[in-house]
Amino acid sequence: MNSPSYTLTHERLLEFLRTSISAGKRVHAPHRVGAKTFFRPTEDVGAIVFDYIQTAESPKSLLFPKAELLISYKQTANDVTMTDHLQKEIPEMILFGSRPCDAAALSRFVEFFADGHTDAMILKRRKALTIISMSCAKSDADCFCTSCGSSPGDTTGSDLLLTPIKDGRYLVEVVTEKGESLVSDNKALFEKAPSAVKDSYLARVEAVFTPEDITKKLTTAFNDPIWNDASLRCIGCGACAYVCPTCSCFTIEDEGTAHAGDRLRCWDSCAFALFTVHTSGHNPRPTQTERWRQRVMHKFAYLPETNHFLGCVGCGRCSRACPADMNLKEQMISIVERVPVIA
Amino acid sequence: MMPQASFGRAQRKEQSMQSLQQKAAELLESKRAAVVIGYAEGSDGRVRPHFARTADAAAAFVWDQRCKQNLAVYLTKTEIKKMGPAAVIASPAVVRTIVQLASEQQFAKSFPITLVVENDQVTELADAASLDAFAVSHAVLFPPHVTKEIEDLAAMSVTERFVFWQNELSRCFKCYACRSACPLCYCTNCITESNQPQWVSVAPHALGNFEWHINRAMHLAGRCIQCGSCTLACPAGIPIALLTIEATNIVEREFKYQAGIKSDAPAALSSFMVDDKEVFIR
Repeated sequence: MNSPSYTLTHERLLEFLRTSISAGKRVHAPHRVGAKTFFRPTEDVGAIVFDYIQTAESPKSLLFPKAELLISYKQTANDVTMTDHLQKEIPEMILFGSRPCDAAALSRFVEFFADGHTDAMILKRRKALTIISMSCAKSDADCFCTSCGSSPGDTTGSDLLLTPIKDGRYLVEVVTEKGESLVSDNKALFEKAPSAVKDSYLARVEAVFTPEDITKKLTTAFNDPIWNDASLRCIGCGACAYVCPTCSCFTIEDEGTAHAGDRLRCWDSCAFALFTVHTSGHNPRPTQTERWRQRVMHKFAYLPETNHFLGCVGCGRCSRACPADMNLKEQMISIVERVPVIA
Repeated sequence: MMPQASFGRAQRKEQSMQSLQQKAAELLESKRAAVVIGYAEGSDGRVRPHFARTADAAAAFVWDQRCKQNLAVYLTKTEIKKMGPAAVIASPAVVRTIVQLASEQQFAKSFPITLVVENDQVTELADAASLDAFAVSHAVLFPPHVTKEIEDLAAMSVTERFVFWQNELSRCFKCYACRSACPLCYCTNCITESNQPQWVSVAPHALGNFEWHINRAMHLAGRCIQCGSCTLACPAGIPIALLTIEATNIVEREFKYQAGIKSDAPAALSSFMVDDKEVFIR
């Protein structure tokens, strides 16, 4: 791709973020909270951290809040008042410091919600969001973006992509018109760069499987005993799904009384025992075996079929968060190696 | 001579690991145990729960400082119970959990075979008396930072403490890793999943998070054996164990009742005496 590129010093980057905050924009950036890193609204640009592999939680909550108010109702003397919260305005926001895998994930996330039954709120939030990602100079053993169609310098989904290069500078790649207007609004800070050569500054993440390979293997894996062994140590929490940047399952919750209350959309996880339980009491996924299989199948077999992309970008968050060390990357490798392809 | 002394220690550690693997293999070979639950090497320097069902699989067991997650959580799982008699490689926290689970009648037929490593020796705790004796003499030790967190919280005013928890719980998204990692959260129908009536708000908003964590702390008051697995499991880094640790400390202080040391003790908060001095209880 021949996108326009610029360079930017670290000082000027902070100045740019400071200016955006002063202009009233909410800037979500990585902050240290205890021993972990989280995206938080920035008050002081000095608090933004740059030395992280990956944040503990993905930035998906900026598009898909963990608890989203949909409607409220209230009974008055002779009437009922309804409030449709989906009509509210979404303020402009900047997501700064997302990794390329995160931006790629959010673009798949938006595509998922734009397909068929369009989710107006998610699309509206994406429209109000400007994504300034930071390429990965470092990776860890849990990263596997290059096996899932992304990479440490992937521009997909970002409006601007910054890559730390030499002398405390960043190479700035303009990916979208939204990114272009950010640069032109702050012209004094950016210097034109002759070319965008960034490969030598990027982390090396070796591909361990290909998306085509894993999807093909999974088509014959539904009844494979691999799921029993793999899921035995799974404790059935939703940590993997909730830190995942592409997991999009939700549940609708009603709170309140017959006279006043709210309807909310909350995150849900296929690892939970109640996820698929029917009103009759029957549960088509009675044990963790079926639940773990569903998680893998949805991401690596069903979404490629219905939406033509993997529901995983290899960010590694689930592997880092899992209390039982389920390690998705390792399990994918074992499927590729063990499951035979039946022609 | 320090280097030699530490070499000797490392050698003894190696030997105790081998005897642990050997003991596990024997249990499986003699069919006394259908499954031995312990730890094996995991990914990226981590350890992971390991379920050995053959003598060969017992060779993968490791036992070191990294083995912190409470393995007793698997003892009440249907998938594990279906396998047959279970054995578990137990830290003092796991022994206390087993004792607590026993006091709550969670082992219908027999106690799990409990293997402990002490002074580099592997011992089997075969009955209630030996489990109780081990539990009484082995306190669950907090890491120093947890002791400090408990002290810091105690020194706060009520308002400061409220703000502290407001901050911490704002990161909760209700993945329930705290519940899933807790061996004493074994209910198959959790109160938070009851919706007719709905006792606890399901949404992970401020109120819902407070309701959930207060409920959990109250359900574990006097039952929590203070292993810290919930904090370790929390992907949001919330020091959630502090709530149940404190709730259990209060029960210990007020009722002279310590969780997880006596396998036939009546529960502190769900039993009563007919001659109780309080009238409301009768």
